[in-house]
Parts: sequence; structure tokens; C-alpha cells
Amino acid sequence: MDNFEPKILALCCHYCAYAAADLAGSMRLQYPANVRVLRLPCTGKVDPSYIMTAFEMGIDGVLVAGCLEGGCHFQEGNLRAKKRVGLVRDMLEEAGIEKDRLEMFNLSSAEGPRFAEIVGIMTERIKKLGPSPLRRKLEVSV
Amino acid sequence: MIVASRKNIKDLKEMLAQHKRILVLGCGTCVTVCLAGGEREVGMISSALRIAYKLDEEEHQIDELTIERQCENEFFEDAIEAVQSVDAVLSLACGAGVQATAERFPNTPVYAGLDTKFIGILQEQGIWTEKCAACGECVLGEYGGVCPITRCSKSLLNGPCGGAKNGKCEVSPDQDCGWQLIYDRLKAIGQLDRLEEIFSPHDWSKSHEGGCRKIVREDQRIVTKV
Repeated sequence: MDNFEPKILALCCHYCAYAAADLAGSMRLQYPANVRVLRLPCTGKVDPSYIMTAFEMGIDGVLVAGCLEGGCHFQEGNLRAKKRVGLVRDMLEEAGIEKDRLEMFNLSSAEGPRFAEIVGIMTERIKKLGPSPLRRKLEVSV
Repeated sequence: MIVASRKNIKDLKEMLAQHKRILVLGCGTCVTVCLAGGEREVGMISSALRIAYKLDEEEHQIDELTIERQCENEFFEDAIEAVQSVDAVLSLACGAGVQATAERFPNTPVYAGLDTKFIGILQEQGIWTEKCAACGECVLGEYGGVCPITRCSKSLLNGPCGGAKNGKCEVSPDQDCGWQLIYDRLKAIGQLDRLEEIFSPHDWSKSHEGGCRKIVREDQRIVTKV
């Protein structure tokens, strides 16, 4: 699996992680190209079904990136997202997918380097875990 | 409302393993409000089941549907087609809803996707608490609106038992002493004198101990006996 390049979905809050990703680009920072960014108005918009559906379709990992705790533009959207991520992690494990394939991160819009670091951390973690067991099954069946 | 919680996905997967086409049927009433078996939960549990079966390389078709209410026959109209096209139904309703579904579709296996817990309320966001044991003969009026049968761990009608400490039940420090609540409430409404009354034993024949209960209201029935 040395050449395995994971597909990772990044559910990013418009006010922090998405802006930080933008900043990382402006700063010409290098980070793994494994991540697909999906912008949301707030991580409080993350519905557990978004994550479940992504895994069902064979994604290798999902990262949810919201504002620093206490810094949510909608007061507590990121805190709610944190709890929902916990719920989905449990459900994924019950279904047979490693819960570490899903993680929540917090950062501010000024932290372009942190965004690059988060993508690096998640990519390394998923590379170690290997392809999603579901993706492996889907590819075999194809 | 009736409060329930979902079963483990692994258990559901094993329970339904013999069926290839499954309908996950949600209920739009109590279990939607207690976030256990509504449309959103139907989506999540269906998704988790699809993942679990795919991992085992098993072909299962998981359909999703949520109807307004599973405990009333008329609401099944919307589900007839969906139920007829599957091998089994996983009902995310309370125990009553699951049985109503099974009665409505006598030839289709129906399984319970939830564990029905109690009749209760939303105490605060994310916390549900039991308030009623459906004992069949309500005594709330005598106890200031706090149920001794449900709230007291020993269901004492003439309490307290003496085991409470700092207002908490000896059964669990997380649990309020029902009789402390009754005392506080009666004091607040100026009815402490009610505590002087000795109540006779509860008539448990009116609760589930008296067998499966039924209410017949002739004034409401459409079919009249001649």
C-alpha cells in the first residue's frame, strides 16, 4: 500500500477552516492533495448523514474543521459538531469502519499553516490505516 | 411521550441477516421527538447497515421510509407499497408501533430497531427522564403532581423510606428522592397536610400486572353492535 493515496473529505467552516485553506494557498504552503474541501456556513451545519453517506460511498477519511472553541460565529455550532462527530465515530465503529477515519479539528481563519498541518496529520493517519475497508470491497466487486 | 433508544448496529445486522430486502420504517411521532426513530435516524441507521453489509460482501437492499405514526392503522396507507416490495421491516417505532406494523402486515417479518424505555419528558436538551409508569390509576393529585410510583425507586405511596441522603435516592446518587420532591412540591403549594393521610395499597390489577389492557369507548366506535 506504499502508493496508496487516500481520498479525504474536509468539511470546512466558511469562517475559519475554509478561510485558513485559502490563506494556506495564498501563502503557497504545500500540503497533501488528498483532501477535497466542502465549504459549510458553520460546522454546526454538519449533519451526521453527510459523514455516513461519504463513508458509504467509499471515502477513506473525513475531517471536520471548525472554529476554535468559543470562537464560533454562531455561538456553539462547532461544539455541536464536536458532539455529532463523536456520535458518528461510534456508529462507524459499530458498522465496522475504524472510528479514527473521522476527526474534528479546530482552528482560526488566520491559521493557514495549521490547515496545512491538519491535512498532513489526517493524510498520514489514513495512509497508515489504509484504504477504507468499504472502498476495498467496492473496488474488488468492480 | 414514549422514549426509546436505538439498538447497536452489529445486533441489527445479525438480526436482519437472513433478509435481502429490508425497509427501515421510521415513526414521525414520539420517537422522532426523542431523536431515536425519526426520518434522520432512519437515514443514519440505514446508512450504517448498508456499510456493515457491504463490508461483509453481502448484498442487501435497504430502503427508507418514515410515516407519520406507526401506532395508528390509517397512517400505514403511505407504507403499503414500500412494505410489499421488501422481505422484512425494521421498525424504528416504540414497542406499540412495531406491533401495529406487524399486525397490519401479517405476512411480513417485522423487527424492532429500538429499545422502548419509558414514558417520559425531555428534561433538558439531550436528557430524557421517566415520569409515568402507566399504572392505570393516577394518583398524581394526591401527591402534588409528583408520581410516587415512578419517581420513588420503591414506589412507596406512604414514604419516605428513610434511605435518602441529601435529597438523593439510596438506589443511585444521580437520582432524586421521589419523596423529597413530593415534600418540596406539597410545601410549595401549601398542601403539606396531605402527608398526614395514609394511603391504601395501590390497585395493581389496573396496571400491566392485571394483564394486557384495553380501553373500549362505545361512543367513539364506528361499528355498532346490534
